[in-house]
Amino acid sequence: MAEMSSELQSLYQELVIDHSKRPRNFRKMEDSTLHADGYNPLCGDRVSIFLKMDGDKVADASFQGAGCAISTSSASLLTEALKGKTRAEAEAIFDNVHKLVTEGAAVDPAKLGKLAVFSGVSKYPARVKCASLAWHTMKAALEGGQKVSTE
Amino acid sequence: MSKASALIELSEPPKPRTLTGTGRFDVLAVREDFPILRETVHGKPLVYLDNAATSQKPLSVIGAMNRFYLAECSNIHRGVHYLSEQATEAYEATRVKCQHLLNAADASEIIFVRGATEGINLVAATFGRRHVSAGDEVLITAMEHHSNIVPWQILCEEKGAHLRVAPMNERGELLLDEFEKLLTPRTRIAAFTHVSNALGTVNPVNQMVAMAHARGIPVLVDGAQAAPHIHADVRDLDCDFYVLSGHKIFAPTGIGILYGKRALLEAMPPYQGGGDMIRTVTFEKTTYAPLPHKFEAGTPNIAGTIGLGAAVDYVQQIGIAKIAAHEHDLLEYGTEVLSRISGLRIVGQAREKAAVLSFVVEGIHPHDLGTILDQEGIAVRTGHHCAQPVMDFYGIPATTRASLSFYNTREEIDALAAGIEKAKRMFA
Repeated sequence: MAEMSSELQSLYQELVIDHSKRPRNFRKMEDSTLHADGYNPLCGDRVSIFLKMDGDKVADASFQGAGCAISTSSASLLTEALKGKTRAEAEAIFDNVHKLVTEGAAVDPAKLGKLAVFSGVSKYPARVKCASLAWHTMKAALEGGQKVSTE
Repeated sequence: MSKASALIELSEPPKPRTLTGTGRFDVLAVREDFPILRETVHGKPLVYLDNAATSQKPLSVIGAMNRFYLAECSNIHRGVHYLSEQATEAYEATRVKCQHLLNAADASEIIFVRGATEGINLVAATFGRRHVSAGDEVLITAMEHHSNIVPWQILCEEKGAHLRVAPMNERGELLLDEFEKLLTPRTRIAAFTHVSNALGTVNPVNQMVAMAHARGIPVLVDGAQAAPHIHADVRDLDCDFYVLSGHKIFAPTGIGILYGKRALLEAMPPYQGGGDMIRTVTFEKTTYAPLPHKFEAGTPNIAGTIGLGAAVDYVQQIGIAKIAAHEHDLLEYGTEVLSRISGLRIVGQAREKAAVLSFVVEGIHPHDLGTILDQEGIAVRTGHHCAQPVMDFYGIPATTRASLSFYNTREEIDALAAGIEKAKRMFA
C-alpha cells in the first residue's frame, strides 16, 4: 500500500482491516452475565458487548453490531484482549486504550499488545469515537449494563 | 493610505468574472470568485463536494460583510445617525432582493430567520400552535430532513395531534397517490421538501401544493436544498410558506428566509418577543409591529443579511438557469462515472434529481471512505445526513454523499472516482 500517506497507513494498519473484514467473537452470547449496547448517534454505529464472568474473571467475550472498520476492529480486538482478564485488569486496559486513542499516548504502552494498532487514531479527531465506542460499552457492561451513547 | 482604508479597498467586491456577456458558462472563471477553491488539504488541491451541507462563499459576499464591519457597522431601525440609516437601508434592500429571488408579491412577506430550520420552527410554533388541535394531522414525507420532522413532532406531541408520513419508492420518489390519500379533513398543514438533501429527489411540488389546496390545506415547502439549484417562484408554486438557508446559496451561515403569504403571517401570533417587533409597550399590554418586523425580535444578523444580499446578487448575475445546466451536466457525468465502479450503488435514483450523489460501496463503510477521501483533499459528507428515516428506509446506517455546485468540475468527479478506487484497493 505504497500509495497511502503514512498517517493514513497508521490508521488503517493491516490488523485493523483484517479484524474489520473478519471480526473475531462476532456473535450474540446467549449465556452472557453482563451485556451493554453502545450507539454513536453521530454516525449510526451500533455495538453490543457480551461478557461471561466466572467469579472475577472474564471467561468469554463477544460482540455484535454494525460500524466502520475502526469501530468493528476495535470491538473485535477488545473481545480478544479481555478473555481471561480480571475485572480490574479489564478496567486498566480500558484506561490504557482510552488514553491512547484520545491523547495518542497510552498509560502503559508495553501492555497494549495488539491494541497498539490504534495509536494513529488520535490524529483523526472525528474517528476517536469510532475506536472508543466498544470500550465505553464494555465499561458499561462491567458496571452492570446500560445503554451507552458516545455523543 | 491608512490601514483601515486599505482594508476597505481590499474588501471591495470584485465584479464576478463570469459576466462577460458571452452567454457561455465558464466554470474556471467562476472558480476565481471563490478563493477557498485554491486551498490545499493534506497537500492536495481541495475538491469540495459537500455543497449540500454548506456552499462556499464568493469574494463579493465576503467583501460585503467585511465592508459592513470595517466601515458601516451600526444597528438598524433605531438611530437617526448616518451609519444606522445606511445599515437599515442595506438590510431592507436585501429583503427586496429576496422578494425578487422568490418572486414574492411583497417585501414584507420575507422574514429573516437564522435558516430553514428556524423558519420551520417559527411556522410550527405560531401557525401550528394556533391551528393544530388534538386529533388533527400534520402531513410530511418520508424523505424529510430532521428539521422538517422534529418541529412537527414537538407540535403534535404538545397538541395530541398525529404526524402522517407520505411514503416513497425505492428510487426515492414520492408516491403522489399516497400523498394525496393522506390529505384528510383532519390535516391542518402539509410540510414537505422541495429537494431531498440525502437523495437529491426533486419533488413535484406544484402538484403537491395543488392537491393540498384543493382540500383547503395550507402548505410549507422546505427549499433549503432547492434554492441553490432551482428557481423557486412562490407565486407560481402558490405555497403558503417557503423556507431556505442563506449558507446553502453562497451567503454566510446564520441567515435564512421564511416566506409567508401576507394574510397568513398577519394572522399569526409573534414567534419571539423583544425589541424591534413592537409598536407600543406598557406593562399592561404590547401591540406588535407590522410585518415583517413582528417576526424579527431583537437585533438581527445584520452583516449576514447584507452578505445574503450580495449572494442573491451573485446568483442572479450568473443566472440560475446556467447554474442548473452546468450542474445537470455534472450530475449526469458523475452518475455515469460512479456507476462504472463495481460494488458501488447510488442511493436515490429519482428521475427528477438535483446534483446530489449519495452512494454506498460494498465492503467499505462510509466513514472509512470519508477519511480516505479526505486524505486526497476531497470533502464529502458521510453519515445519515440528518435524515435517519431515509437511511432506515434503505436499511443502511449511512451513505457517502457528494453534492455538487456550479463551481465543481468533471475533473473533480474524476478525483472522487479515483479516491473511491483507492479505498477499494485498501480494503480489497
